[in-house]
Amino acid sequence: MTEHIDSARTYILVFLALISLTVLTTAVAFVNLGNFSVVAALAIAVCKMLLVALFFMHVRHSTQLTKLVLAGAMVWLAILILLTLTDFATRGLAGVPGR
Amino acid sequence: MASHSQAETPALREQFNTEAQQKDASTLGMWIFLVTEIMFFGGLFLAYTVYRRWYADIFAVTSSSLNVYIGAANTVVLLCSSLTMVLAVRAAQLGRRKAIVIFLILTLLLGGVFLGVKAYEWNQKYVEHHIPGPDFHFEGVVQQGPAQLFFSLYFAMTGLHALHMVIGAGLLIWLIAQAGRGRFSATYMTPVDVVGLYWHFVDIIWIFLFPLLYLIDRHLGK
Repeated sequence: MTEHIDSARTYILVFLALISLTVLTTAVAFVNLGNFSVVAALAIAVCKMLLVALFFMHVRHSTQLTKLVLAGAMVWLAILILLTLTDFATRGLAGVPGR
Repeated sequence: MASHSQAETPALREQFNTEAQQKDASTLGMWIFLVTEIMFFGGLFLAYTVYRRWYADIFAVTSSSLNVYIGAANTVVLLCSSLTMVLAVRAAQLGRRKAIVIFLILTLLLGGVFLGVKAYEWNQKYVEHHIPGPDFHFEGVVQQGPAQLFFSLYFAMTGLHALHMVIGAGLLIWLIAQAGRGRFSATYMTPVDVVGLYWHFVDIIWIFLFPLLYLIDRHLGK
């Protein structure tokens, strides 16, 4: 891997985007979007995470192996959260015979 | 052994073919560690999600008692520290030794500000009797148990995050001492890079903690 050095300008633009998203997420929180407010908050958080990871943590220029490890981590995290929620989110949906 | 290995670090170790390969191995190792950290925090995020669904009404009231402006300001402080950290890494890549030290010190100071604000917030919780335990009392909620549960999760999550910040600050102090002695250059800056990854990771955790703890039910509160 040949080292890639981003310009300071790039970093400052990413930083300004992160600050704007922080202001946005705070402002949106006061608007009543019903259940969609969770989606909005998490979508903005994921955008911020991607900005930090891709630019500040140099994932953009990382090796394929590093990217694969990160994709694997996301899969494991999804298993942890989504599979657990399949239990908690569906409890009581179907009746249990004998109860 | 320690002094021996320190003298050797800038050079290529025998198990690697090239310096680039050596650097990639260090970066990958750090990422593997951060992946275990993702799973570690993931358990707490999961617990929070489950109980927030379970006690949605009470969590909405209790989470709205947190001061959103302090939380947002602290997010900005942490993002600023990530910017100075990445600029320190960039200075190291370019071999600007003075700039490395300056940006690392700025990062440390901003991290200190974050922890100071966090300490102020925790103290507010103490004053308001919002620390889980015998003195806990949350005004206007019949079920005190779930309210305590929210604050237990709040303290566990922000506490674990703050612990990571303290460790990060320790790493920064060590880096500043090394950088001050001119240890890092364009050809050898792996420690700066790797600590940078750690610092940004801790920032990402806060990027999720802030909306989950402070924001989600804000429109319902009060």
